Amino acid sequence: MKLSTYNFLTSMAIKGVKVGYPLKLTINKKDVIESEFNPVFIERLLPKLDWAAVYSAAQVAELADDIPAAQPDNMAEDEQLLQRLHHLLFEIDVLEGQLECPETGRVFPITDGIPNMLLNEDEV
Amino acid sequence: MVEEQLINLYALVIDQVNREQSQQQSQLLYGNERASEKKMARRPEHSAPPEIFYNDDEAKKYSTNTRIIEIQVEMAERALELLAIPDDDEPRLILDIGCGSGLSGSVLEDCDHIWVGIDISKSMLDIAVEREVAGDVILGDMGEGMPFKPGTFDGAISISALQWLCNADKSYHNPHKRLLKFFTTLFSCLTRTARAVFQFYPENSDQIEMITAQAMKAGFYGGLVVDYPNSAKAKKYYLVLMTGGAAELPKALGSAEEERRINYIKKRDACRDARGKAPKKSRDWILAKKERRRRQGLETRPDTKYTARKRSGRF
Repeated sequence: MKLSTYNFLTSMAIKGVKVGYPLKLTINKKDVIESEFNPVFIERLLPKLDWAAVYSAAQVAELADDIPAAQPDNMAEDEQLLQRLHHLLFEIDVLEGQLECPETGRVFPITDGIPNMLLNEDEV
Repeated sequence: MVEEQLINLYALVIDQVNREQSQQQSQLLYGNERASEKKMARRPEHSAPPEIFYNDDEAKKYSTNTRIIEIQVEMAERALELLAIPDDDEPRLILDIGCGSGLSGSVLEDCDHIWVGIDISKSMLDIAVEREVAGDVILGDMGEGMPFKPGTFDGAISISALQWLCNADKSYHNPHKRLLKFFTTLFSCLTRTARAVFQFYPENSDQIEMITAQAMKAGFYGGLVVDYPNSAKAKKYYLVLMTGGAAELPKALGSAEEERRINYIKKRDACRDARGKAPKKSRDWILAKKERRRRQGLETRPDTKYTARKRSGRF
């Protein structure tokens, strides 16, 4: 699971959860993959990303030095930052880990790079 | 020495017993399969819930059967076409619902889109991971709702998955409720100009009505596009849903206009076109035959204006 997908996942399907975002990420095993850098795509993606979640993902992936805590203005001009953002979001693959709902504490495991978002009968 | 031999003998016996047992087991399985094969081939959702139907064996079959692959790819390409994404060479973020082993995802990849897939079968997703598809895949139940934050995806496709939502696979399932939950959460996670295209196999018109009713309730506009409506085999249903502003539904393939033109072709001309030679006994044929005879060295009358002329009944 790439960290871009992590930025989109919520636990709002659980009954009673109001926002369910961002999920708390734990990485037990990760891999680095290669992906073509497309600055135009990253720029278009920016408004969809929650920067706080990007930063906390960077912290968990131990790349917190590359990403500023607050989203800078004029990101489109900072090619280096865009490249580091691309590396964080598209080149880190979480193989084993977990995602935790911030409101209920419910844990969704990640195995073989696949997050398991299946709910139990009482959560639907 | 004797001990060793005894151990080897025991190992052989155990091995033989195990083999016999597994043979018996597979015979039982195959026996059942053959009995219900015909029914399974028609509507798989009647035989088991999707997470059980798509087990490791079925998943393997799905990803190695060239015919299935061909059809799935064709339908994914058509669905992508129906998404009507502007042709500007910019990659979009697409959601693949019921992505399975990533066949449809690969079609999205070929058009340079970034995709995220969701499926209920771990076996199918394992194959996707094995094939190293570029999209991230998530294990999830579409009837429980899309677990994504609002305004994420520029489009959504779904190939051969939606009909699974119409059946209650567990005692606490309510298909109407699940369909509505699915469409509502899907609506929310799409951007305002995005479309969602579903290729699916409806069992009957009631199912189509149920699906479209819940989709409209969730706020979608759109309708059904039926390709090749007059062919039992080629007929394909695509539910095209739009989030903002009603636009004209895309045109179906193989639609009525083309088929109304009946081509009256004389059988002889059709045969000639098919064979690449003149049909029997026309002037062209006779001239060609005479030329062949001359090449063979046989005595042949010269070609004149009288060659192949229609004789009156007296001859």
